[in-house]
Amino acid sequence: MQHHDIPGTIVYDGEQAQKGYALNAMCYSFNAAANRDEFKRDEDAYCTKYGLNDEQRAAIRERNVLKLLAAGGNVYYLAKFAGILNLNVQDIGAQQTGMSVDAFKEKLAAAGR
Amino acid sequence: MAQIVGAIATSHIPAIGKAIAEGKQNDPYWKPFFDGYGPALSWLKQAKPDVVVMVYNDHGLNFFLDKMPTFAVGAAAQYRSEDEGWGLPVLNSFPGDAALSWHIIEHLVADEFDIVSCQDMAVDHGFAVPMNLMFPDAGGQWPVKTIPISINTVQHPLPTPLRCWKLGRAIGRAIESYPKDLRVVVFGTGGLSHQLDGTRAGFINKKFDLYCLDTIVRDPEALTKLSVIDLVREAGAQGVEFLNWIVMRGALLGNVSQIHRNYHIPISNTAGATLVLENRSVAQSQAA
Repeated sequence: MQHHDIPGTIVYDGEQAQKGYALNAMCYSFNAAANRDEFKRDEDAYCTKYGLNDEQRAAIRERNVLKLLAAGGNVYYLAKFAGILNLNVQDIGAQQTGMSVDAFKEKLAAAGR
Repeated sequence: MAQIVGAIATSHIPAIGKAIAEGKQNDPYWKPFFDGYGPALSWLKQAKPDVVVMVYNDHGLNFFLDKMPTFAVGAAAQYRSEDEGWGLPVLNSFPGDAALSWHIIEHLVADEFDIVSCQDMAVDHGFAVPMNLMFPDAGGQWPVKTIPISINTVQHPLPTPLRCWKLGRAIGRAIESYPKDLRVVVFGTGGLSHQLDGTRAGFINKKFDLYCLDTIVRDPEALTKLSVIDLVREAGAQGVEFLNWIVMRGALLGNVSQIHRNYHIPISNTAGATLVLENRSVAQSQAA
């Protein structure tokens, strides 16, 4: 892991990539509509098929982005899971920062002023 | 000989592709962003490129963590647009120029860049959104050939800004040694500051972005003193896509002048930016 002191920020390195491999592999499969449908039909069976560990399965079940990240998820693959849930990046930003979606959007707009 | 006539840097935020598909260019949210493209489109029209060399990053369409190339160069007759999983429309395939690709690959490897060559490649929004933005009238009949060059901005360790600058120099030399008379425009896509993940999600840094926009035009080598961690800190975890811009700028070997720039916060979670640079060979500049 590279040393850094940046608060609230993940440097997605080899350690994370090893930890999250199965979770990300599952999310990568969601590029294909047939796989998204298969997941929706039986989430648990789909998680088993990709070999997710208990931490990853719980985070998927709870739709908890910070837990998915802690379990080694990479945001670009997780975005495909968010797509299944019809969540956009403001929705997941709000969830991670504990803000309402409107407050999160206002924070973004404020950065321009 | 092939000639690099200039470069265009642009954000590639997926929401832009969605806005184009839904015809929202004049919505109050989108207008300040899309209005920034008028001068870029005019410049591109008169630049008459035959080829666009697209420096971008893949976000989990063509590459997965099983095999993650630091630098990958497309070498196909065409590149597929595909479903990315969250509703962006699939576009017509983009034509390639395999002969120029292999020329670039030969030169890069001879120049000690051990790149991955790809004869089969799907390209995601990092490539497709800029094509959609810059060729709005194409109707799927893309008027240029394309060469994708993908930079790893997903899994650390990422290439350093210095390495990206040197790669850009090598790409520039490779293109300008190609014997065919082709007009080439280099695109660098992504950015500027944004962070999607972690409790710092929503981070945008206008001051740093404006520094980058100024510096990449007049003193690009100053950017090579930054580390990747500096970029993560100042531009956000996904703002590291600025590496693509550094590669693009490196490819301009002549006298470079800024034609146009636009900067707007926010587009989705990101500071949206566009930069158009003209590249005049030293000989051209002396004649003028």
